[in-house]
Amino acid sequence: MNLRRDVFQAIADPTRRAILLLVATQSMTAGAIAANFDTARPTVSKHLQILTECKLLRQEQSGREIRYQINAKKMKEVAEFIAPFRKMWDDRFNKLEAVMKKYKSKK
Amino acid sequence: MERKTKIDAEVGRQDLVITREFDLPLELLFKAYVEPEIVEQWMGTKVLKLDSCQHGGYQFETSDPQGNVVFRANGTIHEFIPDRKIIRTFEMENTPFPVQLEFLEFVSLSDDTSLLTMQIVYRSVADRDQMLQLPFAQGLNMAHDRLQSLFGR
Repeated sequence: MNLRRDVFQAIADPTRRAILLLVATQSMTAGAIAANFDTARPTVSKHLQILTECKLLRQEQSGREIRYQINAKKMKEVAEFIAPFRKMWDDRFNKLEAVMKKYKSKK
Repeated sequence: MERKTKIDAEVGRQDLVITREFDLPLELLFKAYVEPEIVEQWMGTKVLKLDSCQHGGYQFETSDPQGNVVFRANGTIHEFIPDRKIIRTFEMENTPFPVQLEFLEFVSLSDDTSLLTMQIVYRSVADRDQMLQLPFAQGLNMAHDRLQSLFGR
């Protein structure tokens, strides 16, 4: 359970979210990623480290370069995390609809 | 399974938005939120009190088969416009969760369909994220209890 909260904390930062968007469709080197931000290079590296540690980013060795790519499976896990919450509300609303449809036909 | 309820919970925010279309005319959807006997049926809780008006108060309670209270929530209605809007506070008693602010908007889509948009604002990002986890944790608990009962505890 703790692991999931770290992932949430990792993507709570707007710069890190922007990085994820950048590498969503293509792998990029740290330098290419940093070029997109006004932030200092070491700060961007720190962001990359956090994202890699919680497995939202994958590293690929390409010759002498390291390229970063989004881990789609992990992102899907994050999205699915709220599934039980959604189910709870969905079940309630289904019930609401059923109750009121019966109410309507009784009138 | 396709679920009709949409939850918009952006990371790093302390609110979320729940959206749901209903095969119900607007008046019936709104009535479901306003009449205590009806609320009881779909919320699955007892309504101790529900003053559906501005500055009204409400209190819900759920008990287990033995009669122990397992859940109680209360709140006050901040704004109430029939067939349009309910703004209210919501707090679960005896839990670490602080009070939430809920904005419910009701819109007619057609003669037989309507839309509910519910924005819930939590005290902090952490509180919202914890609330999102709650059904997940409850599901784990229920599964655990069921396993225990299977093995004759």
